[in-house]
Amino acid sequence: MIYLELFWSFVQIGLFSIGGGYAALPIIQRQVVEVHPWLTMTEFADVLTISQMTPGPIAINSASFVGIRIAGIGGAIVATVGCVLPSLVIVLLLAFIYYRYRKLTVIQGILDGLRPAVVGLIASAGLSILILAFWNGNPVSFSLPDIDWIAVVLFAFCLFVLRKWKPNPIYVMAGAGILGLGAYYCLLI
Amino acid sequence: MKKGLSFYWKLFSATFSLSAFTFGGGYIIIPLMRKKFVEQYHWIEEEEMMDLTAIAQSSPGAMAVNASILVGYRLAGIPGTLVTVLGTILPPLIILSIISIGYTAFRDSVAVSLVLRGMQAGVAAVIVDVVITMAKTICKGKRWIPIGIMIGAFFCACVLKINVVWIILVCGAFGALEVLWRGKKKKEETP
Repeated sequence: MIYLELFWSFVQIGLFSIGGGYAALPIIQRQVVEVHPWLTMTEFADVLTISQMTPGPIAINSASFVGIRIAGIGGAIVATVGCVLPSLVIVLLLAFIYYRYRKLTVIQGILDGLRPAVVGLIASAGLSILILAFWNGNPVSFSLPDIDWIAVVLFAFCLFVLRKWKPNPIYVMAGAGILGLGAYYCLLI
Repeated sequence: MKKGLSFYWKLFSATFSLSAFTFGGGYIIIPLMRKKFVEQYHWIEEEEMMDLTAIAQSSPGAMAVNASILVGYRLAGIPGTLVTVLGTILPPLIILSIISIGYTAFRDSVAVSLVLRGMQAGVAAVIVDVVITMAKTICKGKRWIPIGIMIGAFFCACVLKINVVWIILVCGAFGALEVLWRGKKKKEETP
């Protein structure tokens, strides 16, 4: 029962990947490379590379990729549903509690503590993406040729546009992709 | 709010297009959702969006999926949740299914990697923009505790590399203790 195995593996991946993104990697690797012989380590590394190049959560991307290779479209759907199911149950429960009890003083206190923390956490994620963009994945150094100046200019331009005209961020990201292609391509030739 | 077919379609197309652009990790979904549901549609309030972010972050599973479950539930209960989850998982499902056919060509394509390098700078700008807006909201209250928590959480995540689940738990517990302590002090002052 390959469908059941896929489903159950991805239920575990969905359930135990707390903390988002890269926290899920060792769990996915264990399930699809070690417990089941679904991918080789090289193929798993390819999934990671492709995940970074495509939108969507890494766990969902792996579910689609592994599912389709093992059991076709049906496998991809079964694995993805399995991956989402634990979130669906747990988050719905928390949503229910939140909307029912959020007027309570204690819950208010908890939320007052969480709101600023969330801003700090997003800032931290933003900084790591900024470093990735400016140094292109290489170690951070402040010698001028090591910095990707195209990325710095693109970043500054995008931030200016966002602050000034408040456009839909999707257009800004798409525009940055097109400008990046043009600028880096000119640099290559 | 009217919840006809057109509402569900709007909800689905919103989450579908957001999910198709969540490059660069789960956090990017938050500024995108904030823009769409808080600023553009006025369906959710600013503070509520921060609460939902905290819940999404501290639950198991992918951040983007969790956030869309919460938004769907908030706007239209269980049916809304099913619509937003479908909208969120379809883009990666479709894209990965197509790519898995000829994935080595995609992985090694120069053009794709150049577009992505450009988009990385764009993604960073989108996140920095939302951080500026959100930090301004926190600082406007001119209370030291939230500002301290914000800087402390940033430091713990960025420099000390502490798991975000612990940061969330500690900050939540701290907020609860603070409000209980304040309540107790108030009772003592007014006998």
